[in-house]
Order: sequence, then C-alpha cells, then structure tokens
Amino acid sequence: MTQKNRLQGGLIDRGQSYTFRFDGKKMTGHAGDTLASALLANGVRLMGRSFKYHRPRGPLTAGSEEPNAIVELREGARQEPNTRATTAELFDGLVAKSQNRWPSLAFDALSVNDRLSSFFAAGFYYKTFMWPAAFWEKLYEPMIRRAAGLGSLSLQNDPDSYDKGFLHCDLLITGAGPSGLAAALTAGESGLQVILADEDFVIGGRLNAETFSLGDSLGSDWAAQTVARLRSMPNVRVMPRTTVLGAFDHGIYGAVERVSDHLAVPEADKPRQILWRIYSKRSLLTAGALERPIAFENNDRPGIMLASAMRAYANRWAATPAQRVAIFTNNDDGHRTAADLHAKGVKIAAVIDTRPGQPISIDYEILHGEIIDTAGRLGLRRITVRLASGETREIECGALGVSGGWNPNVSLTCHQRSRPAWDENIAAFIPGGDLPSGMTVAGAARGVFSTHGALTDGAEAAARIAADLGQTATKPELPKAEDAPIQITPFWHVKDAKRAWVDQQNDVTAKDVKLAHQENFVSVEHLKRYTTLGMATDQGKTSNMAGLAIMAEIAGKSIPEVGTTMYRPPYTPAAMGVLAGRSRGKDFRPVRKTPSHVWAEEQGAVFVEVGNWLRAQWFPRKGETTWRESVDREVLQTRKSVGICDVTTLGKIDVQGTDAAAFLNRIYCNGFAKLAVGRTRYGLMLREDGIAMDDGTAARLADDHFVVTTTTANAVSVYRHMEFVRQCLFPDMDVQLISTTEAWAQFSVAGPNARKLLQKVVDAEFDISNEGFPFMACGEITVCGGLRARLFRISFSGELAYEIAVPTRYGDALIRRLMREGQEFDVVAYGTEALGVMRIEKGHAAGNELNGTTTALNLGMGRMVSQAKDSIGTVLSRREGLNDADALKLVGFKPVDPSKKVPAGAHLMTIGDPVNAAHDQGYVTSACYSPNLGHHIAIGYLKSGDQRLGEVVRLISPLTGFDHEVEVVSAHFVDPEGERLRA
Amino acid sequence: MHDLIALTPLGAHKPRSDHHGGVSLIEITDVALASVAARLGREADAAALVAKITGIEAPAAARASDCAFWMGPDQWMIEASFETQEDLAQQLAAQVNGAASVTEQTDAWCRFDLKGDRLADVFERLCNADLKRFTGGEAVRTAIEHLGCFLICRSPGHVSVIGPRSSAGSLHHALLTAMKSAL
Amino acid sequence: MIINHPLLGPRDAAEFVYKGDAALIHRPDGMAPDALESFIEYGYLRDNPAGEHRELWFHEQGDRSWLVVSRNTLTHEITSVELARDVARREGRSK
Repeated sequence: MTQKNRLQGGLIDRGQSYTFRFDGKKMTGHAGDTLASALLANGVRLMGRSFKYHRPRGPLTAGSEEPNAIVELREGARQEPNTRATTAELFDGLVAKSQNRWPSLAFDALSVNDRLSSFFAAGFYYKTFMWPAAFWEKLYEPMIRRAAGLGSLSLQNDPDSYDKGFLHCDLLITGAGPSGLAAALTAGESGLQVILADEDFVIGGRLNAETFSLGDSLGSDWAAQTVARLRSMPNVRVMPRTTVLGAFDHGIYGAVERVSDHLAVPEADKPRQILWRIYSKRSLLTAGALERPIAFENNDRPGIMLASAMRAYANRWAATPAQRVAIFTNNDDGHRTAADLHAKGVKIAAVIDTRPGQPISIDYEILHGEIIDTAGRLGLRRITVRLASGETREIECGALGVSGGWNPNVSLTCHQRSRPAWDENIAAFIPGGDLPSGMTVAGAARGVFSTHGALTDGAEAAARIAADLGQTATKPELPKAEDAPIQITPFWHVKDAKRAWVDQQNDVTAKDVKLAHQENFVSVEHLKRYTTLGMATDQGKTSNMAGLAIMAEIAGKSIPEVGTTMYRPPYTPAAMGVLAGRSRGKDFRPVRKTPSHVWAEEQGAVFVEVGNWLRAQWFPRKGETTWRESVDREVLQTRKSVGICDVTTLGKIDVQGTDAAAFLNRIYCNGFAKLAVGRTRYGLMLREDGIAMDDGTAARLADDHFVVTTTTANAVSVYRHMEFVRQCLFPDMDVQLISTTEAWAQFSVAGPNARKLLQKVVDAEFDISNEGFPFMACGEITVCGGLRARLFRISFSGELAYEIAVPTRYGDALIRRLMREGQEFDVVAYGTEALGVMRIEKGHAAGNELNGTTTALNLGMGRMVSQAKDSIGTVLSRREGLNDADALKLVGFKPVDPSKKVPAGAHLMTIGDPVNAAHDQGYVTSACYSPNLGHHIAIGYLKSGDQRLGEVVRLISPLTGFDHEVEVVSAHFVDPEGERLRA
Repeated sequence: MHDLIALTPLGAHKPRSDHHGGVSLIEITDVALASVAARLGREADAAALVAKITGIEAPAAARASDCAFWMGPDQWMIEASFETQEDLAQQLAAQVNGAASVTEQTDAWCRFDLKGDRLADVFERLCNADLKRFTGGEAVRTAIEHLGCFLICRSPGHVSVIGPRSSAGSLHHALLTAMKSAL
Repeated sequence: MIINHPLLGPRDAAEFVYKGDAALIHRPDGMAPDALESFIEYGYLRDNPAGEHRELWFHEQGDRSWLVVSRNTLTHEITSVELARDVARREGRSK
C-alpha cells in the first residue's frame, strides 16, 4: 500500500523507512511515526471497534488520551493488548492487530450490539441481568466478557525484564512543552537538580505540532535546541518516553520510562521499561492542555478527530486522515487547523463555527452553524450541517476536525484529593487548592494557553521555586511567541441528537447522561459509576467535561455547581510487569541459603522453602523410591545412633548489658534472672495480649551476655519486638541487641552417639561428658584444633543432643568433618521432615501449635507463666476468656485403627455428638508417620485434653474425607520421662 | 591452628569478581567485623574506645571512617583484617572495660565492592540512596531488592555493599543485573 | 511518605514498619492491683483519630530506631519525628 495520505514536511525521517503490518496488511512508514500516524498516512482511518457496541472507530487524538485507536501490539509472548496506536512508536517489523472485532475489523459480527443499543443504555448491567441470579455466572457474565472490548493476552510468560529505580531531584518537571522547557532552562541555570520528564519520544509538546515560530526559529527547532542545551547541563536530566503516573505523598512521584518499547526486542540485558520512584523537593506540572470534542449525532465515525490532533498529524507526522477535510469548532483554535492543513495542500471543505460573525477566509468557506449528522459507516464520507439560518447542507469530506476548546491537563493535581476549580474565562477546570505537597502548576496546565504565556509562566514558576530553595534564578532569554487571547463560546453538544457520543472508550452517549439524571443519579460521582462515563483506561480525559456540562444543563445548574470527578494514578495504564520489576519467577524474593547448602546439594538433598530459606527437606539415598523411606531412615538412624541437621535458620539474637537478665525476664513469661552462667533455658514469649508469640532458648554465656534463639519464621518480628521493649518500654535498661543469625553456622547433633561423635571434633581441653556438660549446658569452646565455637546441650528431637556453632564460613567444612568422623557410627544427615517427625514424637510445640491463637495454658505451660514478675503478656493471659475450665490443651492422638492417618487440620468431636461447629472439641495441629511406633501420630488441641487421656474421639475432616476414631494420648510419644536427653 | 577450610558467602573457595561496563564487582572476604554498642551511660566512653581502636573519631550518624561505620544510635561496626584479626571481637571485648558490648559480626555479612566511574547509574536501579551526592564517608543502611544492606562509600568511585550473608547469591545477582542493565 | 528521621534526615516510609498508637509506650504496671483493667484499656481501647495522630514506626531497613511520628491521618502531613526512646524517657518510662 502506498502512503497516499502522506504530506510534505513534518518531523519524520523519510530516509528511514519501516515496514509494518496491521491486521496482516503490509504497509510502510518512517522513523518518527507513531502507529496511528503511519496508518493514517497509508489511508487507514478505521483502527478499532468500540467497547460495548462494536462501533467502527478511528483515532480521536494524537496522544496518550486516546479512547479509540486501541490495538494489540506485537506477536507471540510480547503481544500487548489495549495499546494506544497514537503513542506506539513505529519500528521496523512492528505488527499490530485491531481488537474487539470478529471476524474482521470491517465486518464484525458483534456489531449487532449496536442495533440493540436500546438494551445496552446506562445501567444496563444493573437492570437487565438481575434475574435469575444463577444466570449471572453461567450466562450473562461470559456473554458480556466475550462481547466486551478488551484485547487478548498471549498467556505466555513475558520474555522482557523490567527495572525499578530511584531518582532524587530538587525539581521534577512533568511535561516538556513550552512551559516545561522554559522552566527547565530557568531551574537548570539556577543550579537546581532538575528532572524533566515527558511521555513523548520527541521533546517539545505542542511545539512539534504547530507551525508558528519562536523568535527566529520554528517551534520544533527551538525545542530541539533547548533540549540540546538542557542535556549539556550536568544538573538536568531529560527523560523522554517517561510518563509520570502518579503524585504521592511528600513529593514522591511514580514514573514509567519506556526504555525499549520503540525497539522490536530490547537490547541484551536491558529492561523493557523502568518504574522510577522520584523523590523531589518541588515539582512543577507543565502537562499542557487537552482538546475536548463536541458531542453531535454520529460523531464517532472513523475520520472524525480532534482538530488539534488533525493539525499534529499534518504538521509533525506529515499525515492527513483524508485529502478533503472539514472543521467544526467553537473557538479560534479550530481555525488554525484549517489554515495549517490548507497550507499543506489538504482541501478544506468547510469550517463550521458555532459562533456568529467569524471573519471570511479567501481559501475556504466558513459557516455559522452546527453538525447534525454524519455518514460513512467504516469511515467518514459526509457531514450534515444545520446553518444558523436554519438551512441544512451536506458536505462531502473524509475527515472532520472537532474543537470544543481546551482543558488544562490537571490529572496529577488530583492524586492527593485536590479538586479542580472552574474558570469561567476559559470555560474549563483549572487546578484547585491543596495540591500535592510541593507541587506548582504552570502554563496551559493551569489555563495559560498562549505560547508566550506558557513560556513566561513556566520560567517564572521555576524562578520562584529556585528562590524558594535558596538559589538565585537567572531567567533565561525566552523567544518571542504568539500571544493570542482565548476566544471561546462554550458549546458542548448539538441538541436533540439520538446518539451523540460523549465517552467514546466506554460508549457513553449524551442520552445516557440524560437517562442517569432522569433516574436520579444526580451526584457527579453517581453519574460516573452509573453510566461508566470516564471509567475507561483513558479516565475520561476527552469526555468528562462534556458529560458534566450536559449534566449541568439538564439539572439547570452551573458546571461548578455540578462539580467534577477526580483523576487517580496511574495517569496512563501501566504494564503489570513494570510494577513487579525484577521480583518475579525465581527472583520473586531473595533466597537464603544455609551454610551447608553446597554440601547438601552434593548429597542430592531435596530442598524446601521455609520463609526465604532453602532448607534440606530430606536426603534421598540410592534405592529409596519415596520420601517416606528417606525420612523414616533418617529418623530411625538418628534415634538409634546419631544424626546431623543444619539448624542455622533459627534466629539468634545477642543480648548483652548489665540488665540483660532483667530484660529477658520482661520478654519471657518464665523466669531468667536466676539462670546460671553456662546454662540454657527454654523460654516462652507472649504477646502483650497473652497469646503465645514465639519460643526458643536463652543461653547465658556470661553474667551480662545471653544468646537468645527464636523460631525461623519469627526471627525478624521477635527482634523488632525486643527492640520495642528495649527502646519504648524500658528505655533505661542497660541492654544491647544485635542479630547474629547469619554469623554462626549451627548444627544439631542428635542421638545416643552424639557425644561420642562430638568428642572427635571438640578440642580435648573441653569436657563435654555428661557430668562436665550436662543437659542444658552451654559454653564457648574450640573445635578441630582451635576454631572458636559454641556448644549448647539442647534437644528438639528428644535425644541426647547438642547444637554446635562455628563461624558461618566454616560451616561447610564442619559438616563434612562431622559426617566423615561419624562414619563409624553410621551417622545420617537429616532434613526438616525428620526434624518434624522427631519433634512430634517428642510432643514439642512448633509454629503449628504457636499459631497466634494459643496461650501458655493451651500449650500445657500455664504454670510456666510467672506471676511473681511483670513480663510482657502475663497480665492479659489472666483474662477470663483465656482461662475457661474446658480450655484447649495440647495432647497427642493415635488412630484406633493403626492403618489410618491422622491429618493435621482435622477437627475433633465427641463420639455421638452432632458434627457441627457448636460441638467442636478441638483440632489436630501436627501429624506424621512415626517410624518408631509404626503408625501415624498427631498432636493437637482438645478441650480439657489433659483430663481426657485414653478417651476415644471422632476425627473429622470433611474436606479430605476423613472420619474415624482416634485415642487421646500424651503428646510425648517417645521417651516421656526424658531419660534420653539427659543420658 | 584448625584445619577447616572456609567457604565464601557465594559458596566457593575463592572470592568472585565480575566486570561490566567499566565497573568491577568484587566479593570481599578478608575483613573481620565486630559491632561495638555503648552500655547505658557509657556512650562517650564507647565512642572514645572506637576512636582509640580506629585512630580516628567515631563516625557520626550515617558516616563511616576508614575502618568503622555507624550502625545505629551509639553503635558502630569495626572493620579489620581477617588474616591478622580473625578474633577481632575477642580482642575488642578485652579492651572495652564495661563501656560497650561487643559482638562478632564477621560472618553475619557478605560484602561486595563496586568500583568504577558510573556507580550512581548502577545504584539508582537498586536502592533509594542518592549516590550522586556521595563524596566518601557515607554509611547508609537501606534495602536492596528486599535485603537490608549497608552502603559504605569509601570514595566516589568505590562503594561497599554489605548485606546478609545467607542471601549473598541473591544480592550478587541483583548487583550484577543492575550493572548490566544500567551500563 | 517521607519520614524525617531525627538522626538520618528524610527517609522513605517503605523502610519502616508501622506499629500503631504511640500510647503503647505507656505500658501499665503489671504488678499493680488493678493491672487487668489497666492492661485491657492499654491493649484494646485506643483512639483512632481522623487528624493528628502520634504513632510508632520502626526503622527496620535502617538504624533500628523506634520513632514517634506525629502524622495527620487525613493529609499524611508529618509535623514531628522523635526517637521513641527520648519520648519514653521524657514521658516517665525511666526506671
């Protein structure tokens, strides 16, 4: 296809031709084109179908406010739905598809919706699909989803990467049109750290779309020269292709930089986009203004667009939607489009102005009247004009430029709840009070529409900001520019139209607005939600104003009385990927590896995620076909001889100071003041509300030095809690805290031969005999010929056990040494599964039991809560509700039929009672197969459980289909007297 | 002398080094670390002790000297040669005389040093520290890809990232990815 | 949000963990005869003002200081930031 609607001039690079495809059709464009400009140049006006009625649509705008020309860009895994053709930069090989049509854009089966439009008016969801309820999920919703106009996802993983980043500046300038550029020059020269961000790939804003000059040069040339000057300043960062998406608290802005969207594929290792978090001392919004359309009958034909967009396509992109065009305007700006297109050789069929008394042009006809209808289903052919005289005229044209005036682009001013204010002089909303902290608005964004005004306003605003930040601003010399006053007579819609489109993206007509009012949705917020006006991805940038005006007219109110809705972040839609950044897939969160990780990998260990930690779950050996075989072996061998497990993941907190013991007395519910040096004690921490928070041990290495352990999961929150107690509750305790979790590699060595094995590595001068180092002893020792180490005689498995710690870098060497020295005992390494089995066999509580709802009493540790001291949680653990006579107690369960499982999560019922929540007796928290006992076992909570040993209860798990009987037993299945651990 | 062989935080026998776009990324394993936290009422004594050990005034908030950096109120990290002072914590503990609590921190951390001219371009993809304003001597604790890290600016072209040792692999991946992305 | 840390200057609120009302500093005496009543008040009966609020924030990804931040819950304006330890001492938590 030839570029039959390509004009002369423009800012495209004709030396660089790109081939692209739209709906399979091959076309050519140039570097500097957008997809929309290239399509128009190729004679394509029809680019999409509307959301609800499947109306054929072409581009309305030439920018990111576009409601209509929404396409699926690219193919395969990179396919991106709902992309605006008006901002998509053309590149060689670009492939785009129109969406929301079937089977083709020109013939769309679902355009039948358009004929049925009377059923789909405002609120149709609420009215039509109410009954019967069951039909909603099965029939209506799928039907609506199929019909509604969203693009399709590739359903493949996004092959691109996205960065997140952080920028700091004195001044963030959003929008690089005349006012933004003038502001950047001023602020840059005054020495401020400046970021100038603009969503476009060419800096300059409207300067690139207009023909008037700035001083001696063309506006676009001045913009290019200014950008070059700004780039030469080390304190100014010019960021094209960067959309400021949101204004957040305290001068923080979010922005997306499209690093690679103009390339077929990002360069190697480079991100597709970057989400920047910008910290600014001040910000200046110079986002310009957006032209607004006028609503009239069939105003949505492909070829009907905003006059400013038509002018931009002609001047910047040398493209016209048709060779014969008309203009419909209520202000002077529309006439500029006619003049510019005429100068480019496009035939102007007529300019229709709603205002009387416009000067006559020698080049084309200027009419006083309004457009009452249009024709051309897949592209505009003809408009019907009703002249002021009452006469009707039909005018042939392939495109129509519409100008209803300009709205300051106030989106970002609203992000912190500021409401725009009405300005009668320009018949538009301007930024209101209470702007986001640090924000100033300048230029067209606050209603200063002339180029001269914008330049001056931007420079002056920047100078004030510089002065405010303590810099002397030297105002740069600004070029002379047009300074035309605004001449507008508000005109929102042509009366008595049947289907005059107000919001083209959500298919809302003037009639829908009237209907909403008729049905008493008179608040502007209700109007929005009932009609969906302004709720599409463009947030109604081109449509809200007309909707409000029509509402005001019907209600007999002024526009400011009706009020306006607000804009929210993001300014334009953002890809999910850029919000995730690098945090996806295996990089979703950081991985923590244990000191024995390399060794465990060599052993073929199976790993499990515990928080961020990767822990060995079990160590399969040759010939073992199920995980149970491995785990059973690890458990049996540990209980029979000796096993080793990496327990580094438990939190370790170094507690020092003369008040260290007193401090532990506060945070643990049991007593610590009298713990002897060289001894370790189990400690239970309560939350202040009396619920168990965490448990662990505290080892007293010196009078003023403890090492506290926490569970793996709670290491961070316990440390935070301890700092709270130290800093906020007892600020004058002499206690210092620091985490040492990662500093020490710690291994549990458990089993009857644990001591014998350790004696082979612990240096001879340290006596670790049962007498010299009894149960719950601790001490600083050396191993393997002088390496500093710590030894704790504590046991989670119930066996004779130690935990030995060495500096982390030696952890790998130590486990290799222990495994080698342990060969004579057939030592095994065991993973978290075997660890879990052994602690359940021993009846030790863990995270499943300390689940945020249970108390010391429930855990069977009620008497541990010392009433003789004021520790965290003691008082509220005395609450009546936590001390019911039939409180839950931790007990064990074994199946009456030894072949049955006892699943965790199952609930317990008294035999004969109805099975319902009211008769619930408790629940199973942890369960496993005990290789020592040869059947499944479990622990859990049962009402008055400690009084019910021997009773048979019913175990119910309706979800998994379990319903059988279990016997209530002691939670200590193995060695209830604790003889082994003291051996 | 014990005969156990150390592994680096990245799980190898030798520290790793990478180079990209004029920036080098070097794993540092030959530094011993110990924290010194003032006892209540002994804050001035603890600061004096840090000054005595390091030969220069104890660093103020968010500052670093040649071999110490500020961790929090009245708390510093001391850096020393691992080869000669592996037992740094014990050596310091012997000198504090009740003025401070000392804790061994050597293996709690991994450290990667970045050297080059365009470090600010790399770090702006990693964390909220404003490296453009760093002139040397800054010690900022902040998050890099969810990991709490110290950034110690030795000089404008030399920054140490000290992060949790168990996540050395993830941290190294983040740093190298940012280098390749930004440079 | 930006929290102006008294020692470190402006820091991103993302580095902090929020706890709640700074009234939590005023933990009652657990050994007092009316301890149960005062702890129920302390634990459960807190104000939830629309406007000025004193809150506890922990600088988890920073220097591990607990801060008392005075923040307007409607506008997010922060009017003062202090080390919680200083506040606690000033408000009588010294032993």
